[in-house]
Amino acid sequence: MASSSELNRLTIAEASDRLRRREISAVELTRACLDRIAAVDSRLNAFITVTEKEALEQARAADHRLSSGQAPALCGIPLGIKDIYCTSGVRTTCASKILETFVPPFDATTIAKLRAEGAVFVGKTNMDEFAMGSSTENSAFGPTMNPHDLTRVAGGSSGGSAAAVAADECLASLGTDTGGSIREPASFCGVVGIKPTYSRVSRYGVIAYASSLDQVGPFAKTVRDAAILLRALAGADPRDSTCSARPVPDYERALTAEVKGLRIGVPREYFVEGMQPEVESSVRAALKQYESMGAKTVEISLPHSSYAIACYYIVATAEASANLARYDGVRYGLRAAAEDNIELNEKTREQGFGAEVKRRIMLGTFALSAGYYDAYYLKAMKVRTLIRRDFEQAFQKCDVIVTPVAPTTAFRLGEKMSDPLTMYLSDIFTISVNLAGLPGLAMPCGYDGNNLPIGMQIIGPQFSEDAILRAGDAFERSGAVTLRRPAL
Amino acid sequence: MSHDAYEAVIGLEVHTHLLTRSKLFCGCSTEFGRGPNENVCPVCMGMPGVLPVLNRHAVELAVRTGIAANCEIAPRSIFDRKSYFYPDLPKNYQISQYETPICKGGYIELPGDGAARRVRLVRIHIEEDAGKNIHEANSSLVDFNRSGVPLVEIVSEPDIRSAEEAGAYLRELRDILRYIGASDGRMEEGSFRCDVNVSVRKKGASEYGVKTEIKNLNSFRFVEKAIEHEVARQIEVLESGGKVAQETHLWDPDREETRPMRSKEFANDYRYFPEPDLPPLVVPPEMIDAIRSSMPELPAARRARYARDYGLSAYEVGVLTAEKDTADYFEAVLPGLKNARTAANWVMTEVLRVSNESGKPIAQAAPPASEVRALLKMVEDQQISLNAAKTAFAAMCKSGKSADATVAELGLAQVSDEGAIAAACDKVIAAEAGKVAEYRGGRDKLFGFFVGQVMKAMGGKANPKVINEILKKKLAG
Repeated sequence: MASSSELNRLTIAEASDRLRRREISAVELTRACLDRIAAVDSRLNAFITVTEKEALEQARAADHRLSSGQAPALCGIPLGIKDIYCTSGVRTTCASKILETFVPPFDATTIAKLRAEGAVFVGKTNMDEFAMGSSTENSAFGPTMNPHDLTRVAGGSSGGSAAAVAADECLASLGTDTGGSIREPASFCGVVGIKPTYSRVSRYGVIAYASSLDQVGPFAKTVRDAAILLRALAGADPRDSTCSARPVPDYERALTAEVKGLRIGVPREYFVEGMQPEVESSVRAALKQYESMGAKTVEISLPHSSYAIACYYIVATAEASANLARYDGVRYGLRAAAEDNIELNEKTREQGFGAEVKRRIMLGTFALSAGYYDAYYLKAMKVRTLIRRDFEQAFQKCDVIVTPVAPTTAFRLGEKMSDPLTMYLSDIFTISVNLAGLPGLAMPCGYDGNNLPIGMQIIGPQFSEDAILRAGDAFERSGAVTLRRPAL
Repeated sequence: MSHDAYEAVIGLEVHTHLLTRSKLFCGCSTEFGRGPNENVCPVCMGMPGVLPVLNRHAVELAVRTGIAANCEIAPRSIFDRKSYFYPDLPKNYQISQYETPICKGGYIELPGDGAARRVRLVRIHIEEDAGKNIHEANSSLVDFNRSGVPLVEIVSEPDIRSAEEAGAYLRELRDILRYIGASDGRMEEGSFRCDVNVSVRKKGASEYGVKTEIKNLNSFRFVEKAIEHEVARQIEVLESGGKVAQETHLWDPDREETRPMRSKEFANDYRYFPEPDLPPLVVPPEMIDAIRSSMPELPAARRARYARDYGLSAYEVGVLTAEKDTADYFEAVLPGLKNARTAANWVMTEVLRVSNESGKPIAQAAPPASEVRALLKMVEDQQISLNAAKTAFAAMCKSGKSADATVAELGLAQVSDEGAIAAACDKVIAAEAGKVAEYRGGRDKLFGFFVGQVMKAMGGKANPKVINEILKKKLAG
């Protein structure tokens, strides 16, 4: 049993159990996480804002509910929140200078749901500015370091949320995923992350990057924890017209560890030349493990995969160019000194946005400009339909698809910053899933020669979160991989 | 070459607020006249992370407008983002409809004698309004109360040929919108605004000239003036050998002229693309049917009916139907009266006068229609004279009492009792023997004198018809 100084290492399932039995208090648990943050975060930079005072207040309130015996699953559980979720009264920066001082007067729907459950928020985690990036190096607050190797990136854009969970600074965390921003950092940091089906979780109050691709999801230490957290997040929201009204299943109950007869699709386009050999061998070993547990593997084809990145960088940047237009210095956030409204706009945005954000706004603005719309945006939308159809056809032959999350393990800080195109390729296996609106789970399936985690991705049809969580949980419970705690 | 050799080609874009209680994409009130930034929330302030949720009532009113304007209602339409930077536009894009509007085609029939003139419509679409900039000496302020208020934009084909016709179109459109309860049509409050596209060409030419757009028109008079000014300006440019530049002009109401906007103020590439935060707008056939079956009679149909059924002139019809309230009141007065014209005249003169003088709507300024009907019935039944009715009406407007009570209180009832009138006639004949002799000798004109004397004797309350009959008999001797 973990000593009180190690309470932060608990999973949600374990902690919830012990809180309920009053063996530990939410305040003790929260204190353990805050102590851990104080001890290691200067080296990791996983948090932009630590909300110690608020967290302890929330923990005390949770203890009160727990002692009454009527507490929801997440009551008293310390979580890290990506700094893209609006949190009432707590500044929300999106890792941008332009929102450095922005304090939202409202909660994102998901935050409100977690608050109602009695969850504890220890702080706001670091990310690529406006979720644009694959390494959390595009943050106005400096990069997040990988807990497994401080010279390497944590992945992105939700790098802070992944690193915080890997380093036991909180029990679980929230991220967002537009092209791989949950799955890639989960893979790099050796934790579990799930991007649900588009529309499964409300986006209200989550600062928009690319509205038709953005989706909210959890990071956790185990698949079971991810299932518990996802159930609390998912469901209809009258404030989000794109949010599905479909009932939310009890994901935890779906975790039967039963994979007998499961048909696992293996896309031939996803095992490509140039990927790190250990990544391929590790995912292939996982597939063998599934076969040994009674699952079947079938080769499938996703023929339009090679167009995914090009398609994504049109659709996502086009939407972003409009979504980020509101940061003009008029109503909130940074306001540059200026003589008139046009200068106010230009200077505020010039000073407030980082290089990658500016690059993507320009790309998107160009793609939507008169005379280019048909050639770029409209074409990309057609390609998107083809990519969606690829998956629909594949799912006639299989129940889930297993691929690597990324072609490599965590790369070195600075390694890809000078070459955006190489950086964009980090998301080559995850982006199609967003374009098709499907759910994707990332979880550790091994380690490379440098002791760096390797991630496996399990993709399912729309609203099959229960199926991919079940497959992931079965693999996790098989004991095929022994997880390594980062030595910090 | 004279100005008569040219004709104007005019198309109008009307923006009108829809009469919903809450805004298009959030729950904020649409009430006009509140303090600055009182009707706002994170959604209509364009805070980070907020999302729009479409107001169902706004969709119903847009469909209603489309049906009233004879449009085709799209079973599925799309919202788009229209991007431009302006401080009063919180997201720096406006949620509008571009390629797939909710209503397509349609037409408005202009009132008037002779053959009906149709102005065809291109489209009607739903969009959100922006806030309002307020400029002070050294700074500018923004009031976002109007931000997110639902609008429809009604775009006409270039079917209008004169300033006068533009005015007629706008008035008819406003009347229709008021009749169907879609808009209050208040130009002065900015709830009904108009942009004008104008070009000129030689009469008989088939090609259009280069057009200019005039913005900032917030009264019917300004629209007409601006068109007259701009048409004259364009003809002068062409006559002096110049070319009309395709540009946007602002109407300056103080100097009563248009001036071109700086290119920076309007040079926009709006970069439209489908709004990813809203699913396609689906209008099911049942909804269209339900709205169609609940449509009130529109101004044009009402005008035709008044002319046909009541034999009223075009002028009278125009006055009675200009406001739905007036026509509704007129129709509530009608039942049981023998002559519709009695009611029409009364509404056009007495009722509208008290409404205009008090500056209040008819419902507040005039007695209930049923009481006016009772009063007019007394006139028809010769219980009171027309003058007495006017006296009673004025008193009723003030006191709020019923017609019966007022007529009784003021002693306005006419005496039709033949016995009393005959007795009065006898007295007059006895007193005026000389005049009676003259009359009987052939001075017919004296008849009026006798009527006057009898009326005087009866205190002015006798029924003149009965006096006439009795006097004629008695004088005939």
